[in-house]
Amino acid sequence: MKQFMQNIRELLKYPTAIFGGLVVLALIVSGIIVMIKIPYSQAIATWRGGEEVYGKNPRNVPPKWVNYFRKDKLVESLDMFEGDEDVEIVEIVTEGGTPIKTVTFPIDFQYDNFPTELTLYFTSEYESKQPFASVKWITPDGTEIKINNFAVGKTHTFAINQDTKLKKKLKNMAPSTGLFLDQNAEDPGKKPVRGTYKLVVETVTFEPDSSIQTEFVMLGQVFGWAGTDHMRRDLLLPILWGIPVALAFGLIAAMGTSIMTMIIAAIATWYGGLVEGLIQRITEINLVLPFLSILIMIGTFYSRSIWVMLGATIALSIFTGGILTYRAIFKQVKESTYIEAAKAYGASDKRIIFRYLIPRIIPLLLPGLVSSVPSFVFLEASLALLGLGDPVLPTWGKTIYEAYNNAALYRGWYYWIIQPATLLMITGLGFASLGFALDRVFNPRLRGM
Amino acid sequence: MGTDVIAVVPKEEKQKSAFLSTLSRVVRYSGIRLITLFITVVIGIYLTIMIANMGGYVDQMMKSAIQERITVEIAKSPQYKTMDPATKSVLAQERIQSEIERLNLDQPLVIRSFKFLKNALTLNLGRAMFMTSNTGSRNVKIIILERLPYTLLLMGTSNLILFFSTLYLALALSRKYGSFIDKVVIALSPSSSVPPWFYGIFLILIFAAVLKILPFGGVIDAPVPKDFLGKALSIGKHLILPASSLILASFFLSIYNWRTFFLIYSSEDYVETAKAKGLSSRDIERKYILRPTLPTIITSFALILISLWTGAIITETVFLWPGLGRVTFQAIGQYDTPIIVGTTIIYAYLLAITVFLLDFVYALVDPRVKLGSGGN
Repeated sequence: MKQFMQNIRELLKYPTAIFGGLVVLALIVSGIIVMIKIPYSQAIATWRGGEEVYGKNPRNVPPKWVNYFRKDKLVESLDMFEGDEDVEIVEIVTEGGTPIKTVTFPIDFQYDNFPTELTLYFTSEYESKQPFASVKWITPDGTEIKINNFAVGKTHTFAINQDTKLKKKLKNMAPSTGLFLDQNAEDPGKKPVRGTYKLVVETVTFEPDSSIQTEFVMLGQVFGWAGTDHMRRDLLLPILWGIPVALAFGLIAAMGTSIMTMIIAAIATWYGGLVEGLIQRITEINLVLPFLSILIMIGTFYSRSIWVMLGATIALSIFTGGILTYRAIFKQVKESTYIEAAKAYGASDKRIIFRYLIPRIIPLLLPGLVSSVPSFVFLEASLALLGLGDPVLPTWGKTIYEAYNNAALYRGWYYWIIQPATLLMITGLGFASLGFALDRVFNPRLRGM
Repeated sequence: MGTDVIAVVPKEEKQKSAFLSTLSRVVRYSGIRLITLFITVVIGIYLTIMIANMGGYVDQMMKSAIQERITVEIAKSPQYKTMDPATKSVLAQERIQSEIERLNLDQPLVIRSFKFLKNALTLNLGRAMFMTSNTGSRNVKIIILERLPYTLLLMGTSNLILFFSTLYLALALSRKYGSFIDKVVIALSPSSSVPPWFYGIFLILIFAAVLKILPFGGVIDAPVPKDFLGKALSIGKHLILPASSLILASFFLSIYNWRTFFLIYSSEDYVETAKAKGLSSRDIERKYILRPTLPTIITSFALILISLWTGAIITETVFLWPGLGRVTFQAIGQYDTPIIVGTTIIYAYLLAITVFLLDFVYALVDPRVKLGSGGN
């Protein structure tokens, strides 16, 4: 324990170790939070959901943080329901007994560009007489523009941009542009007027049990904290869920490989002779096998599930150069006097291997284990890039693959690649820096070099 | 008595017998080494063949694919519209049978796999199942040879630059151990945990998408330049990004590893003695540091030479570089076993030959190593 604390103190002398440790800690914590907040089944269901989940998102737009780096602010997408906090509802009943509901959607518009779509979604319940809606627009200076009046079906979509009458009224400009220009000026110019706009929807129902609900969606040029892809999906989900997937793959593969390699090396050294020869032959054969090709074959022919890939990766990584390194160390340890003593008191082979040989080199195992995590994290991304990512799970690698397949770099959708790529890079660098520092602390031969 | 016998043997003869014993030891050792290496290659290739067929699973898939394709072909063809269904199905069966025979799918996998093995080991790579070369040939050898120059160009350029530049820089750095640059290199060495294709994406983003000065991928401009110089320049322009991403991915770690390696050797006593004698640092480097590290340098150079032949599957895919790595990937996607086995066998042979030759090279450059001694 004392030795351990001393090692930790030694480790804190390296700035890279502190950086790496913080990154790893942050990733583990956020990975756990993500798994609790968005359970596995929910993540998959949301990611694979279709039009009903993502239909009200814009297509291929960057995240809203790009506005921090821009002079002309891009419009953020809005999705407001009738029950939302800012939405004002006034209900009155006329003398004739007809209930009138006035819903006012406030739009805080502080941008220098125009939205792409303005859409109203109605859902209503009625027996035979359809409810009626009239929509109007109030600009920040108080000018009122009548948009349209219409009867509302059970599910009704009203796209304001498609309204030709309104378009004529707005000097033949698309309503998503025209509604945001200065209405009273001679030349409205090309800049939108900033301020709070109001979309007022007045609905009338004609039956006692009839009801109507309104939703307003403004599709902008930016969406959420991660943007959207070609299928209008919110990229925040793969970005977040990529954390636990990358960590799980990297850590399990690294631990599985290192521990198995160590145990097999210990057994080989202890028994020597035939066992050692056999293990050496297997290592040589494994050297001939093309690692990536075999993984690709397993992915293509058999199963693309991330767990199958993980198993195959571990199985193929056990008998590699690492086994030789461990063997060299075990050979030294085997000659130690305490092993002699154990033999003398009649300890079994199993006891000597697991209680005396292996614990001795665990400190040496740690740096190698941590340093090998990035290569496995990137292996998962590499397989995904080849189209062999897990078929259901959203991961960083799969996001890059989809972006690449849709020529994201060519079309300027940089955010689509940069976000998962940066996270991958941070993860890789974090583990690599930590492993590097650990190596220098635990390998005395390297200390001071 | 025995000692007397040795004493009367003339000096010349004694040398001769020593030479003969060395020779016999070397021959016996090489023989055993060759046989074990060959067995290793055979088992490795056989495993690859079995995996490439997924233990017969791929056969089933291919058979049903053939069946579906031919049935649909016949059903759609206007030529057979008037034919009655019975004759049609007989015709379909015949065609399916001939296609299965063409691909040798009618034989059991065990027999086929051994045939494959024999052909692979004799470098008779046979014909591809679906893929063709650019000239339209199905010969696996032609397909591989057609792609090889591109892989050699990319891997050769990047690996040779990487190897010699890092070696040179590491040697220079080991002299300035502890300096600011040294610390920067140490701090940057974790950057090699990121694979080359990843740097590739960022390089494409910067130089192709934003700055628009280098191409996104491919190997030559679309209307191919007519003169040789134009061609060379165009290929060179396409080479910059993939080669730099391959170099960048291992640059700092490679410098760090060599530097640490040289430092370990330059702290040996004999180097201190040489320094005390007042030898020039150039002499010390060449005679006392580089000489004992030569076996390791040669090994790593040999391994680089082998890696030239495998190509980089993902980097080539990202940059649309028509090399061996991409051909392997395409072959796997199309279940084209002969090509997968073909690329594997070439790699396996090269690896085995290199490992075999390295033993002799070690003995040549390092007098401490004796062939066949110490080994069992």
